[in-house]
Amino acid sequence: MGKKKIVSLAFLMLLLLSTALYGCSGGDESESGGESGGDSDSGEEKVLIFGRGGDSVSLDPIAVTDGESFKVTKNIFDTLINFGEQDTEIEPGLASEWTAAEDGLTYTFQLQEGVTFHDGTDFNAEAVVANFDRWSGGNSDQFPYYQSMFGGFGDAEEHVIESVEATGDYEVVIKLKRPQAPFLKNLAMSPFGIASPTAFEEAGDTFGDNPVGTGPFQFVEWNRNDTVTIEKFDDYWVEGEPKLDQVVFRAIPDNSARLNALLSGEIDLADGITPSDAGTIEGNENLQLFERPSMNVGYLGLTTTREPFDDPKVRQAMNHAIDRQALVDSFFEGRAEVAKNPMPPVISGYNDDIEGYEFDPEKAKELLAEAGLEDGFTMELWAMPVPRPYMPDGQKVAEAIQSNLADVGITAEIVSYEWATYLEKAAAGEADAFLLGWTGDNGDADNFLYVLLDQDNIGSNNYTYYENQALHDILIAAQTEVDEDARNELYMQAQEMIHKDAPWVPLAHSTPLLAGGTNVIDFKAHPTGSDKLASVDLE
Amino acid sequence: MLHYIGQRLLQLIPVLLGMTFIVFMIIRAIPGDPAQVILGQQATEEAIKSLRTSLGLDNPWYVQYFDYLKGLVTGDLGNSLRTRTPVSEEIWPYLAATIELSLFAIIIAVIIGINAGIISAWFQNSWFDYTAMVLALIGVSMPIFWLGLMNQWIFSIELGILPTTGRENVRDPINSITNFYVLDTLIQGDFSQTATVLKHLVLPGTALATIPMAIIARMTRSSMLEVMRSDYVRTARAKGLQMFWVVYKHALKNAIIPVLTIIGLQMGLLLGGAILTETIFGWPGIGRYIYEAIGFRDYPVIQSGILIVAFIFVMINLFVDLLYGLVDPRIKYD
Repeated sequence: MGKKKIVSLAFLMLLLLSTALYGCSGGDESESGGESGGDSDSGEEKVLIFGRGGDSVSLDPIAVTDGESFKVTKNIFDTLINFGEQDTEIEPGLASEWTAAEDGLTYTFQLQEGVTFHDGTDFNAEAVVANFDRWSGGNSDQFPYYQSMFGGFGDAEEHVIESVEATGDYEVVIKLKRPQAPFLKNLAMSPFGIASPTAFEEAGDTFGDNPVGTGPFQFVEWNRNDTVTIEKFDDYWVEGEPKLDQVVFRAIPDNSARLNALLSGEIDLADGITPSDAGTIEGNENLQLFERPSMNVGYLGLTTTREPFDDPKVRQAMNHAIDRQALVDSFFEGRAEVAKNPMPPVISGYNDDIEGYEFDPEKAKELLAEAGLEDGFTMELWAMPVPRPYMPDGQKVAEAIQSNLADVGITAEIVSYEWATYLEKAAAGEADAFLLGWTGDNGDADNFLYVLLDQDNIGSNNYTYYENQALHDILIAAQTEVDEDARNELYMQAQEMIHKDAPWVPLAHSTPLLAGGTNVIDFKAHPTGSDKLASVDLE
Repeated sequence: MLHYIGQRLLQLIPVLLGMTFIVFMIIRAIPGDPAQVILGQQATEEAIKSLRTSLGLDNPWYVQYFDYLKGLVTGDLGNSLRTRTPVSEEIWPYLAATIELSLFAIIIAVIIGINAGIISAWFQNSWFDYTAMVLALIGVSMPIFWLGLMNQWIFSIELGILPTTGRENVRDPINSITNFYVLDTLIQGDFSQTATVLKHLVLPGTALATIPMAIIARMTRSSMLEVMRSDYVRTARAKGLQMFWVVYKHALKNAIIPVLTIIGLQMGLLLGGAILTETIFGWPGIGRYIYEAIGFRDYPVIQSGILIVAFIFVMINLFVDLLYGLVDPRIKYD
């Protein structure tokens, strides 16, 4: 009897102990940011918590290449030119207007007056020149995007920009060595945010820890791998903006956990919603789904230097063998468009006249037979190990493709490597066929076709080793063609050539998803992946 | 005693040195180029080359290794390739976050684990014993990501009593001094913030504690069972001493030594093995820091991060060894 009593007692103690452990921290609810945490309707500070998958690398936009950094810097810095609210058309930014000379070599910018940096420094022509001087005086490891977009630094021949001069207090003239068609679009990219000269001269290499721009929000604090906090800049030059008092970017790497945090009200907005969770969000009356306009492509690359993919017929057969619509329906949950070209339709120059390869296993078999492979062949199919907006689940997509290919007699063995290894091996041409994708930087056709498929980029982003001199000539001509229509015509031709040679099986242009509470208003997801939050409000 | 500590510390040197070498070689053996990863997919060939040179990645491996060792001797852990910040500066907040979480977890694991083990041994083959040991078995084999997400769903979304992720309420952040948030809020006397911070510790802490708790419970039980059968316990009982005191005072003292070893090892494992927990609960700890560094091939961060975790691991074990002497005066160090 006594023994039993003690057992019960001990058990009770244990129970008490564990509840106490939970309880000691279960105090009052208002603090946990529990269910009601997100609402800031009491006239208090409006704080928006933006949950995302990773932390920023640096907050000096010119020094980085990762999207998570730009998400923050886009709100601290302004650019001379802005992209449209949800597209990549160019609009005035810090430059209120501009004129381009006929020959496309001289651009004159009129700057916005009455703008100050967060540290009180005046924004004027001198400040713009100082920024360009800083960038062009750097090197490719300091300022990688400057190199990618403007070709080089200082006096180097490849450097497109000849000079940047202040011709008045609020007038800047930029001279180019040769015309660069997407020049203004390049200037609208987040890396080219105008920074306070006083601040970057003083801070030197540590400017990224204490960024100062003219943007709607100023930097407050950064707890690495956790939160970046920015707050309203009271003297922001756009009337009535920003509407929020503070924005906190929180890194929550796991997609499900981020969704949980949104469901519990700890965050107001969540990036990187997987297509399979879209239903949950749409079914919840407190939440809304945001679609980011697609500016990407997911594809199956066919390494054209490896047998049998050196034969265009085999590559075309691959295109006929794969059921893209089924892929889009199953793995993108329908939140993607079937791709037929290497670039998405939002980009000007897109060739909509091209008829995509239809799903036709019989046709695929015929083509294989013509290539002398009536008995099929064996190949490696590389599956991306990480989810990306353009490829939410590489493994499953690969399995579906594998079964499609089996139907036409091709035996595909799925292999995968850790991500950095995957990219390096693919770039070295070691894959037969590999899943990959691309998200555009500046919404220009050059940023897709030249970067991904030109022979100049073999060994870097042309993973298929596709080489075509005629295509190369067209793409190079398009880079300096300043007449918009003539340029688009060139890109249309280019897409036809690529379609015929079929170095890729273009799969899908996905629509990346975000979700937020219904109290978030006027949030517009930008196709580049970095969103300006100046006009966003909480109700 | 001092002699013993000195000796153990000296032994540390070859251990850590060997480890730096192994880690150094392994991370360079895996393919992937830091310069490529840092500059992103858009990078030009030329940019990558020049970055490799400026990062010193062009040097032969032994030059790189000795440069690294030279730095270590002078207390320089290297600079992160990605953020360009000295690792020694960068690492502290991550380390503090993980230590705080691990301490919380090990405290839960020890309190519940040891008690459950003792009671199970005391009432061997009772329903409590069976239940506890089945739970322990489930605990050891529980996938943390599943447990973590389930707990988030139950306690945050359904019940709304605990936060899902993070270390603090970001709408009302605390002022951090030491990066140990519990300590910070206590120093500042802001007890409502202490409660908030503790709340944030509960879910990741219990998720992290599950496995060590189960292991400790099983270890305590078997160790206790052995001791309970010994003569001196029988004598104590024969003297008419209350069972509670026999168990908690006399038997536990002898049974605890192997358990201490396990606790020490588990504590060490928690430091490095918290990656999953840190990922699911958005905890900015050192596990995630090192894990992400691997993705970026950030060599100095991987090397120095692992070195520091290993150092702490070894130190904890030394500390546990010294504890033996306190628990059992028969154990002497000389």
